[in-house]
Amino acid sequence: MEKKNKSSIVNIKSSIIDDIKSRFEITDIVHRRDNMTFVTCEKQKTIALITHMKTNLGFKHFVLLTAVDWIEDGKFQLTYILNNPKQKLDIAVRTMISREEATMETAHKLWKQIATYQRELKEMFGIDFPGSPRVDENFILEGWNDIPPYRRDFDTKVYAEETFFPRPGRKTNDPAEYMKKNLHK
Amino acid sequence: MTNENKNHEKFLHEENKIREVKAPDGSIIKVDPLNDYFLDDRPEIKKPKTNKIVEKFLNWSRAESLWVLGFGTGCGSIEIPPLMTPRFDAFRFGVAMRPTPRQSNVFIISGYLAVKTLKRVIRSYEQMQGPKYVLALGSCTINGGMYWDSYNTINRLDHFIPVDVYVAGCMPRPEALLAGFMKLKERIKAGRGEGANEYAEKFDWYKANQKKIINDWNMPDYNW
Repeated sequence: MEKKNKSSIVNIKSSIIDDIKSRFEITDIVHRRDNMTFVTCEKQKTIALITHMKTNLGFKHFVLLTAVDWIEDGKFQLTYILNNPKQKLDIAVRTMISREEATMETAHKLWKQIATYQRELKEMFGIDFPGSPRVDENFILEGWNDIPPYRRDFDTKVYAEETFFPRPGRKTNDPAEYMKKNLHK
Repeated sequence: MTNENKNHEKFLHEENKIREVKAPDGSIIKVDPLNDYFLDDRPEIKKPKTNKIVEKFLNWSRAESLWVLGFGTGCGSIEIPPLMTPRFDAFRFGVAMRPTPRQSNVFIISGYLAVKTLKRVIRSYEQMQGPKYVLALGSCTINGGMYWDSYNTINRLDHFIPVDVYVAGCMPRPEALLAGFMKLKERIKAGRGEGANEYAEKFDWYKANQKKIINDWNMPDYNW
């Protein structure tokens, strides 16, 4: 019984991915699990792809939107994870945007809650989503006056030491060295 | 008091900016909300009674009526509800919770403090009635704990408000918190629970530290 389910979900998934591939330019496909796949799409077509998946392919549930800072490539990677509740299937849409000019088309008209994710990304990564509601307001930080803290060129240790009056005499152990000495004699 | 942090002006909210208002009689009045709408008196030092017997009695009675402000920060806030259950029963030590700072005199800082929370903590602390005491829970309030290199959590609490008792641990269990209360009582009975006076005495230093890290100040210097 289980085996049958497994093969059926793989079939459904491959048919969905074939459908996506025929309509959009998909550069990369990573099958993470039987019910989870990551597809990479170019920036301009991403929102159109998500719209197509929501309206025609049954991906009614928006799971999350997140970003990764690929500082070496000068890129931000955005990941929209969508869920198909009927087929119990996740497909994540990835896209790379430029790090210097970090703007992305807003998707808040598809799901209202995306506006909140976009506010967070604006504050933490400095990725702008023009037209998204309240995107310029404070989200978690109040009065932040530095480069966005989740960017990898922001050094939190230096910032904390300069700002937050560190108490002298604090000892820090390197976990690997400490475990070698004390646990693996 | 001089405002050294230039970001305060940058992050000043629209309703706090100096503006001109038309009065009912037609005259124009200049309004500076942060200075005009609040009392700007500094906190006063309340000296202990000169009669030692009276002071001792007062300290004993202060130690036996600890009213804790129900303000949870960080992960330690979850340790406070079991404190009031039959298992740990803090009521037997004369410790009870109050919902507002006006009615309480013990502030439990229960864990890490984000800059945003620190601002609320300062407001609440200043509104509490003296003599008031601060019990700092967990290693985060001592030296930052596991968040010592974080971009948004403070490292040591005693630069921003005076702390009476630290309870070490990550997180300390309710038993440790009870031990902290006993320590606090000993301290008050010995006449060393002078946090409110210390705050009034070193007011400028505390304010300078607070203003250094809170860019989005938008509140009066002393919140009555």
